Amino acid sequence: MADASYPDELLYHPDHDWAKVEGDVATFGITWFAQDALGEVVFFDPPAVGTTVTKDESYAEVESVKAVSDVIAPLSGEIVEVNDALGDAPEAINDDPYEAGWMVKVRLSDPSEVGQLLDQSAYVTSLD
Amino acid sequence: MSAVDDTILAYDRPPADASALTPMQREHAVTIFEKGQAGRRAFVAPKLDVPEVEGLIPAKAKRAEPARLPSVTEPELVRHYVRLSRRNFDLDSGFYPLGSCTMKHNPRLHERVTALSGHARLHPLQDPARAQGALELMYNLERALGEVAGLPHVCLQPSAGSHGELAGVLVTRAYHEARGEHRTKVLAPDTAHGTNPATVTMAGYEVVPVKTSPDGGVDVEDLRAKADDQVACLMLTNPNTLGVFDPNIEEIAKIVHGIGATLYYDGANLNAVMGVSRPGDMGFDIVHYNLHKSFTQPHGGGGPGSGPIAVSDRIAPYLPVPVIQKLADGTFDLTSTPAEGPGSKSIGKLRGFQGNYGCFVRSYAYICSLGGPGLQDASETAVLNANYLLARLQELVGDQLPLAFGEKCMHEFVLSGTAMKRDVGIRILDLAKRLLDHGFHPPTVYFPLLVDEALLIEPTETETKETLDAFAEAVADIIREAQGDPTIAQNAPYTTPVRRLDEARAAKRPVLRQPLA
Repeated sequence: MADASYPDELLYHPDHDWAKVEGDVATFGITWFAQDALGEVVFFDPPAVGTTVTKDESYAEVESVKAVSDVIAPLSGEIVEVNDALGDAPEAINDDPYEAGWMVKVRLSDPSEVGQLLDQSAYVTSLD
Repeated sequence: MSAVDDTILAYDRPPADASALTPMQREHAVTIFEKGQAGRRAFVAPKLDVPEVEGLIPAKAKRAEPARLPSVTEPELVRHYVRLSRRNFDLDSGFYPLGSCTMKHNPRLHERVTALSGHARLHPLQDPARAQGALELMYNLERALGEVAGLPHVCLQPSAGSHGELAGVLVTRAYHEARGEHRTKVLAPDTAHGTNPATVTMAGYEVVPVKTSPDGGVDVEDLRAKADDQVACLMLTNPNTLGVFDPNIEEIAKIVHGIGATLYYDGANLNAVMGVSRPGDMGFDIVHYNLHKSFTQPHGGGGPGSGPIAVSDRIAPYLPVPVIQKLADGTFDLTSTPAEGPGSKSIGKLRGFQGNYGCFVRSYAYICSLGGPGLQDASETAVLNANYLLARLQELVGDQLPLAFGEKCMHEFVLSGTAMKRDVGIRILDLAKRLLDHGFHPPTVYFPLLVDEALLIEPTETETKETLDAFAEAVADIIREAQGDPTIAQNAPYTTPVRRLDEARAAKRPVLRQPLA
């Protein structure tokens, strides 16, 4: 399992999710802290492409050796792509939470929500 | 430390060669079908000394080929199962403080009475007229359980706590629908057992979690905000899985009844309050018991369980059938169509036959041998033992494993290993695995979910002070050891039949079927 890291270029939701915003599309995943708290992930249950997600609400489930947990959407929009590779290799969520472990890409319905997310230093401060 | 102590306390350190395995670890456990040789039998019947009658068994009922049975001698058979039993950890081998599971001693007297042939050999299809003793025992057990819950009508059928929950939510649904109401939601606190939301979903309701307040009880304001006319029920465990008795239970009951919903008592933690306070008196409408927790039973290996429910007068008509009736002449009968009272508007049958009868016999033996004051003693001692162990652990390792909520507890308590993980470098999982090397079954870990690095400990009333002291000292030993070298705990256990399991692989690539040779 990789060491703790929180990339500068990402935005963070207090429920330990990250978003990488590129134009009107954002990529979502969970943070190092979240995967560490979950323990080894054994199953990722993704939503279907086309599903609407709402900021602060659950859009998927991850199952670890400890528990099944909801994954919270950091922003609102419509899912345009799902990381199918996680079906066979959910361990990528632990091993590489910010790259191979990405979960969904979402076309944002309200880009102004981006302003409500935390930057790297605010999120890291919230972990203490 | 002397050489003798080194031998006795082999768990004090990992083997010099970490890959060295004990004989049991080297042994590949196999199924009984992989043992023996073709043609071997544990028992051989003598040859028939009378002529066989042709045509006695219809051809269609005859086997085309012999049944695939294990080909083993009786000693092979006995050793196989004895060996398997030695690979298991059970309450007869050692302390088993698994939180919210109430792993209490199962008195041997209970096994004696359950093994009496009138109980053990009773057929479930026996005509009720010839099973009067069994029906009387069940009838009396219903009355006794009703007294413990403070609710008059009991159904013994559910086979487990979760089955009791489902029965309880289904009778709630029937109750609302009979009044023309189609409610959609059930509330459950975020400390609830996972079975609560699972039950709610299975019964067709939406789960709405209610927050926990800083004192460990239900956040009453959050409850008030979520209590609307679509709520069918609040499912509550009291004391809850934090070991906290909710001080606002009367207020909670008032809010729930105020919106016309039912209040459901998850009896997982009934062992804290038997004979002390009754859910019915607190305002609960429906209670499920776990006979296999509060009322003994050799549980822990997956069964058999028993999860009867008790309900108030207004819910009683919807209880499952058949119901046991005491007739005017003092005899007992089973009826699936009672004209009035319990079961008269039944949700139907929950399972084949009447439930796990052996559990009823043990529970009835337990209640009869302890009596009302004895049950109260059991609960009070369970609470005392938990508080003693909590105090001892706080004295020894309070810095590393502080209590998650409050200052005292009921029959169980939750410690948080956040500080231990940060300062010593081992997780609760590592501590739990290392406890196995000390001869203790680990407590519940990572539950309840709202506590980080949770360790949920329930010692029960049947353990001695020496055992509780030894457990607390083992926890302190493990933390001290990890301060020197955390890898020892991180790679534990060393002495169990199997070493650290790859839980992720077990979940992702389970071997579900042993191939037949």
